Amino acid sequence: MADAAVTRRSARVFWLRGGRLLTGIASLAVTLLGLLAFTFMLSHLSPVDPVLQIAGDHASESTYAQVRRDLGLDQPVLIQFWHYLTHLVHGDLGISRLTSQPVAGDLLRTFPATLELATCAMILGATLGIMLALLAAWKPGSLLDNLARLVSLLGYSVPVFWLGLLGLLLFYAVLHWSAGPGQLDDVWIYTLEPKTGLVLIDSWLSGDTEMFRNAIAHLWLPVVVLALLAMAGITRLLRAALLEESSKEYVTLARAKGASRGHILLLHVFPNVRGTLITVLALSYATLLEGSVLTETVFAWPGVGRYMTNALFASDTPAILGSTLLIGGCFITLNALADALTYLTDPRTR
Amino acid sequence: MTQNLTELESVPPRGRQRPRVTSLAIGGTLVAVLVLAALLAPLLAPFDPNAQLMTARLLPPSSAHWLGTDGFGRDLLSRVIYGARPTLLLVALILVLTIPVGMLIGICAGYLGGWTERVLMRITDIFLSLPNLVIALALVAMLGPGLMNGALALALTSWPPFARQARAETLALRRSDYLAAARMQGINGLRLMFGHILPLCMPGAVVRAALSLGGIILSAAGLGFLGMGVQPPTAEWGSMVAEGSKVIFDQWWVAAAPGGAILFASLAFNLTGDGLRDRLDTRHAN
Repeated sequence: MADAAVTRRSARVFWLRGGRLLTGIASLAVTLLGLLAFTFMLSHLSPVDPVLQIAGDHASESTYAQVRRDLGLDQPVLIQFWHYLTHLVHGDLGISRLTSQPVAGDLLRTFPATLELATCAMILGATLGIMLALLAAWKPGSLLDNLARLVSLLGYSVPVFWLGLLGLLLFYAVLHWSAGPGQLDDVWIYTLEPKTGLVLIDSWLSGDTEMFRNAIAHLWLPVVVLALLAMAGITRLLRAALLEESSKEYVTLARAKGASRGHILLLHVFPNVRGTLITVLALSYATLLEGSVLTETVFAWPGVGRYMTNALFASDTPAILGSTLLIGGCFITLNALADALTYLTDPRTR
Repeated sequence: MTQNLTELESVPPRGRQRPRVTSLAIGGTLVAVLVLAALLAPLLAPFDPNAQLMTARLLPPSSAHWLGTDGFGRDLLSRVIYGARPTLLLVALILVLTIPVGMLIGICAGYLGGWTERVLMRITDIFLSLPNLVIALALVAMLGPGLMNGALALALTSWPPFARQARAETLALRRSDYLAAARMQGINGLRLMFGHILPLCMPGAVVRAALSLGGIILSAAGLGFLGMGVQPPTAEWGSMVAEGSKVIFDQWWVAAAPGGAILFASLAFNLTGDGLRDRLDTRHAN
């Protein structure tokens, strides 16, 4: 144990001198390469023969061989992986069979919708989650704390697609508070001029208040459902971190000197868990982007998640792998960003 | 940083200890109910889960059909009870796949140290930072849907927490007198790793398993919901919710019942995990 701690400390000093952010970037690159290797491997596992797809089922042997050569499939695997990478760098993710469009373009078109949904949910979920965690850690064991634990446990355990369906049932079908699935009513969907791809901003820019209100009426329910998910995770981990930090001796000292619980929690303990907070927030955001696959399917939200689901049903390999890369890449980058931010804001990690 | 969070999950909360013991009791009871339902499904289910009756389509909950019937006139209660089978089977398969791999890697990394450790933990971190559900979806889309492929796909991203935990515990054990004594008796290498270190890492692995199972169940249900899990007509909760989503506005019970079962199962394992963690207190591992 002591040995390991010493190695870790000397390693830390070494990385500090060598520029830890650089190593961070290197490890990010390795992880992304791992993801790329995974999708490349998957494209070879695909049951659909890419040669037959182009040459047709009745192609002669020589045509088959020619197409195979043209696709570069006769090359060694490593060379093929290299080709795969160079294509990717040029933004070539292949052509989607479902939309007959380049996958990269499809993803660029659908990503803003996912980003909008996840970001709004993140803002709401983080606000609620941090407040709930602080309230819970303020008086551990109190009624409020138990309530916070129950809420986060339920939010942690509930299947998000089911919650979305029940939400639609209650707020759309019964109460008519929500405008239901999709981003906009059909009346506006074709008149909206996509400038940023974010429907809230686009409809605001169009100057049509009616359309803007309609966009909000569509947006709020999926946002609340995803926010509950984020809130549960944030409350659970932040509460544990706050309680862990509260057991330190400086807290006892501050109490002995007469500082109030709330004062200590907000001004001493909370700032000291910022490393965890940043990580938890980044992780929740990444989880929301991933969770979009399920939520967008339920809410017919035209984002990457629904694009991927549609591709799954059509066994559209390029589109599936493209969405996997995009969501996976965001996920990994957010994780790395959290590391970097923690490093920059928390001197204890240096 | 994800790695630190998996460790944070293992930190028992301070505050009162009493309610935590009950969370183990409640969670354990719920898990027992789940296992019993899966084992005794033929005895408990009032109807054949796959028997279609077109005259009894989409019936609301009644005394004959407690949870109503679905679009093919199948009894929902029976299907929900039978649905525990693929879920628990999947969970068991994932555990069988992930715990040995994770512990092998973790113990090797912790015991051997040096470059072996660095490489192994780097690989673990790569897998830890992959998005669980999306990776599983992509893999299942290529391999073809089904129970075994679903388990493989989810296992691929589920083993890293076990490796991290086993490594941390091995590191803590490496300098212990107990292992020094074993070494003095001439016990070395594999026998030391798996005869002496492994048993001491087991409690930690059990807690970690219970803590991850809730999430695994949700991912598995997500796979089913997107049509990438166990194929119909087998009763599976995720795909049952998907079937029910088509009639959600008029016959809400078709989706509500299996979704409630997913919540129940996930809750059962999360409660058990929380309770076990406090009982066995794995903090010394960190």
